[in-house]
Amino acid sequence: MRMAERNNAQTLVSMVEIQKSFGKVNVLKGVNFEVGKNEIVGLVGDNGAGKSTLIKILTGVHQPNEGEIYFKGEKITIHSVARSRELGIETVYQEQALSEQQTMWRNIFMGREITNRFGFLKVEEEKKETEDILRKQMGFTSKAITTDSIVKSLSGGEKQGIAIGRALYFNADLIILDEPTMGLSLAETRKVLDFVKNIKEKGKSAIFISHNIYYVYPVADRFVILDRGNVAGRFLKAEITQDELVEKMVRLAKTGKMS
Amino acid sequence: MERTARARELRLELSILGVFIGIFLIFLIGSPDTFTRFDIYYSFMSTIPFSGIMALAITLVIISGEMDLSFPSIMGFSGWVFAKLSNVLIDSGTNPNLTILLAALCCFATGIIAGYMNGTLVVKVRIPSLVATIGTMFFWRGLVNVCGQGFGESLVPVNETFLFKVFVGRLGGVVPAQAIWFLVLTAAFWLILKRHRFGGHVLLVGDNFESARMMGIRVNRIKMIVFMQMGFFASLAGILASLEVTYLWPSMGEGYLLRTLAAVFVGGTSVFGGVGTIFGTFIGAIIIGSLEGGIVAIGLTGFWTQLIYGLIIVVSLSIYSYFRRRE
Ligand SMILES: Nc1ncnc2c1ncn2[C@@H]1O[C@H](COP(=O)(O)OP(=O)(O)O)[C@@H](O)[C@H]1O
Ligand SMILES: [Mg+2]
Repeated sequence: MRMAERNNAQTLVSMVEIQKSFGKVNVLKGVNFEVGKNEIVGLVGDNGAGKSTLIKILTGVHQPNEGEIYFKGEKITIHSVARSRELGIETVYQEQALSEQQTMWRNIFMGREITNRFGFLKVEEEKKETEDILRKQMGFTSKAITTDSIVKSLSGGEKQGIAIGRALYFNADLIILDEPTMGLSLAETRKVLDFVKNIKEKGKSAIFISHNIYYVYPVADRFVILDRGNVAGRFLKAEITQDELVEKMVRLAKTGKMS
Repeated sequence: MERTARARELRLELSILGVFIGIFLIFLIGSPDTFTRFDIYYSFMSTIPFSGIMALAITLVIISGEMDLSFPSIMGFSGWVFAKLSNVLIDSGTNPNLTILLAALCCFATGIIAGYMNGTLVVKVRIPSLVATIGTMFFWRGLVNVCGQGFGESLVPVNETFLFKVFVGRLGGVVPAQAIWFLVLTAAFWLILKRHRFGGHVLLVGDNFESARMMGIRVNRIKMIVFMQMGFFASLAGILASLEVTYLWPSMGEGYLLRTLAAVFVGGTSVFGGVGTIFGTFIGAIIIGSLEGGIVAIGLTGFWTQLIYGLIIVVSLSIYSYFRRRE
């Protein structure tokens, strides 16, 4: 069944039998993982399960020891972060990819500025696009947030919104969110979840990593549970309720088995 | 307090302007005779640009999150190359106009290579720039000493040339050309920092190196260019300062380090990188450059100079720090 999925035209990316070790530590022990087109996958599991390591292989930070990656049906190797972005894979980390003391418009266009052929910035154009991203794409309504706002003055949830909005604007096909709600208040977390729903509405795909199922469940279409370097279970949202999923996770943590 | 970039900049630049106007009012009241006549401004215009131009360049270095302590020595060594080569070429019968052109080009090349060395030590060898440039500071100064053996070089043989007039001539017989250079370069630096992709990248690299790298900015290349432009403008300052007095002192550049840095910080650029203002550096350079003359003119002895430098630096930095904390 997994083989069939991999060759499906609906599959955006698939990782096959991925193994990764750091020195003697086997962190990923042959993981199969795929994301469909316009699908939000919740990647859950305890701390240290290997979630971040798995997605860092997709973003070009780590190279796998074994295994293959297919993107839009083609076998690829992702040797650098730049390559992964070229393919249309963007990662949103907690606060990491923003320059705090700079304005919103500089952050949105960081590394991909709109310039004339002498390299001078088309500031008005960048501001106008930023305004569109803020109001239309991300649905910011607060008058206090403008294209000229300094990022430091935003809340944690708003910052994640900017990072997601930036990824959408540049037409990423796959947006990876690694614990995007870590350290955020409940209200802020809700905002981030709304941004994730926005990814779905825009027709794009996402991997949403969290160890909190209550955040993942409402926004994801499918769940993959990672446990000590192995996939311990996969469920479509239609197959499982939130409570059942939580129960399975608890049992997994206690006994090392799903059922 | 409004939290847009424009509001932040306006606050900063208005406070710098405030400090500047305050100081000049004191000068004007303390010595109306001196400060209502052109002479003192003429003297400011001929001397401030040397450290002012280097202050513009070091502002970029500081915004990028690095430091360069070697620029006065680069100024000294590349200036020595300029003067020595001028004399060698003249002695071998070369036309003075060609001589100064070749000597200037070699001087610029020296400055750029020295900057490239700093950049390499920081980016490739990964020595923190504060430490690396202490090393190169001694190295280039030492090279002047070894090569020049303590002797200066006269630049009189090239003082009738066209380039001499371009560098340090007097516009309309009164305005020193180096003051025009300083003005033009201030505008150019402002444009690059605010309106060019390169300046934007310098800000982003200095603000958050990791995020800039993740977003695909070629962070190491940006740092290399930043150090190389510092070397280049130090060599330009070397040419201007030695031509102005038509003599190269082997100690040229000494004494510039702390005043130039003071100009940048009094101007409001943050020592932590990521933010900075060219306008502030311009005003800061004028403040620092005019203090000594002003202090003497209002009747205090030269002994007061350092005390007043210290006061102005501490007061202005306190104002900026207060604003930053409230942001
Ligand atoms: N660069 C690395 N070098 C060595 N060990 C690592 C490295 N990155 C992760 N690990 C180890 O791999 C395991 C999985 O880590 P990680 O993928 O971050 O888990 P998760 O994101 O699921 O919490 C942990 O035991 C961690 O210590
Ligand atoms: Mg993790």
